[in-house]
Amino acid sequence: MNIYALVKRTFDTEERITVSNGKIVEDGAEFIINPYDEYAIEEAIQVRDANGGEVTVVTIGGEEAEKQLRTALAMGADKAVLINTEDDLDEMDEFSAAKIIAEYLKDKEADLILAGNVAIDGGSGQVGPRVAELLGINYVTTITNLEIDGTSVKIIRDVEGDSETIETSLPLLVTAQQGLNEPRYPSLPGIMKAKKKPLEELELDDLDLEEDDVEAKTETIEIYMPPQKAAGRVLEGDIPAQVKELVDLLNKEAKVL
Amino acid sequence: MSKKVLVLGEAREGALRNVSFEAIAAAKTVSGGGEIVGVLFGDAVQSLGEEMIKHGADRVITVEHPHLKHYTSDGYGQAFMAAYEQEKPEAIVFGHTALGKDLSPKIASKLATGLVSDVTAIEGEGDDAVFIRPIYSGKAFEKVKNKEGLLFISIRPNNIAPLDKDDSRTGDVSSISVDITNLRSVIKDVVRKSTDGVDLSEAKVVVAGGRGVKSSDGFAPLEELAKLLGGAVGASRGACDADYCDYSLQIGQTGKVVTPDLYIAAGISGAIQHMAGMSNSKVIVAINKDPEANIFKVADYGIVGDLFEVIPMMIEEIKKVQSN
Repeated sequence: MNIYALVKRTFDTEERITVSNGKIVEDGAEFIINPYDEYAIEEAIQVRDANGGEVTVVTIGGEEAEKQLRTALAMGADKAVLINTEDDLDEMDEFSAAKIIAEYLKDKEADLILAGNVAIDGGSGQVGPRVAELLGINYVTTITNLEIDGTSVKIIRDVEGDSETIETSLPLLVTAQQGLNEPRYPSLPGIMKAKKKPLEELELDDLDLEEDDVEAKTETIEIYMPPQKAAGRVLEGDIPAQVKELVDLLNKEAKVL
Repeated sequence: MSKKVLVLGEAREGALRNVSFEAIAAAKTVSGGGEIVGVLFGDAVQSLGEEMIKHGADRVITVEHPHLKHYTSDGYGQAFMAAYEQEKPEAIVFGHTALGKDLSPKIASKLATGLVSDVTAIEGEGDDAVFIRPIYSGKAFEKVKNKEGLLFISIRPNNIAPLDKDDSRTGDVSSISVDITNLRSVIKDVVRKSTDGVDLSEAKVVVAGGRGVKSSDGFAPLEELAKLLGGAVGASRGACDADYCDYSLQIGQTGKVVTPDLYIAAGISGAIQHMAGMSNSKVIVAINKDPEANIFKVADYGIVGDLFEVIPMMIEEIKKVQSN
């Protein structure tokens, strides 16, 4: 089976965000594979192990994204592709990213493409479904279970807490929700092997794309921090008195009851 | 220039979701005085059209088909494209709900357009509209604008105020006939897990439990409090990882981001990842045994104490207030 996992390098969830000159400060920050993409990689590996075939991880980014691709290879992916846009594009949005990835995938005859349902940085969750639409294949988002039998696929997806059971077929793109699996940590032998696995680097030219073809449709004009909340009140007294005061405050001061 | 705006209405168990009315308000802001056209899909939605008009839509078009009873991206995609081709709007507004998140990128891709998703506020009006959306799960915000051409946004529930309902408003509700074919996904079953149908991301009140809840049974008082307040129950990652509850309840940088009017955090220490998912709530109450817990830094009101002592007392006190 020909399996692709789409991944994104993101800030570690532990990181505090600081903004300087209207941009997120990246210096010294730890970067990780977007946590939802880890579920996608893990599922890709499990599907390959059960059905045979090959897992290719694909990302768009600069040189530094190689680190996250090596991690995915160490987890067990077979090949990696870095589409390096650093020299060509200053700005991109979901339209640009989807177009680039779809252009790469269009002649690959993928049976299954997996992605995270959302990236924890931009948080728009658009790229997966956009790629599927550009490739003309079906997609199912926020999945928590995946069963493949030949070309038949049975999926459970999370819909705002409800579970939907869906039947569909390959080729297919799915996006991973939490609970899909427990992503493995790369093993030491895995890390050693990953160093020798193929990592292909491509630029827009290699995909026959011009900068104009992927020019962003939207523009970020400012990034800023949310206003700091003033420190609240920790109530005092015995517990029954505190509870009484709290309910009174919620009712009369905050007016939320 | 005024814009004609198409707004996707979303029904749940026979009634329109509040986010649909919020979407009409957002449409009004970007329209610059242009026409607001509601669109509704389902197997029987004709009667909901008037509701959209009372909340500010000028007219409504519906597509009714047995294949639209349950949402599928193919079915709704075909219905929406038919509405789009008929109306040729200059802007589109969806709710950033499970349905909106699933469908909007498909439509944006079909129309080769940008999509500003998860908008929480709009600055300016008409062509000058700038969209504010959280990034890094609310650790920061960005202002985004559409460069040119069709404008497409999805709005986060509970953030943009709907217009006042006006029962005297009237408008045309008409249906278009669309042949819905070739659905590639077939829905076999839906299991409802949400508490009393109050969706976590849309709930006005969220009562969330952390490791301090200690077991799945420990969520019982939280559920009782949530029910009393017409809210939903949420959880921290710690509680989900410990198997006290389902991952669908998780609030945080992974998990759901919520902005209710009232957020009650019980037995939650307040890890940075959890705070990202709830710190923009309007009023935050923290209940924790540990006075040093991080959660007190963002809480408007805090009680240092055992949640199993505090919550039952809260329930009694709130009942007293409600009965007055």
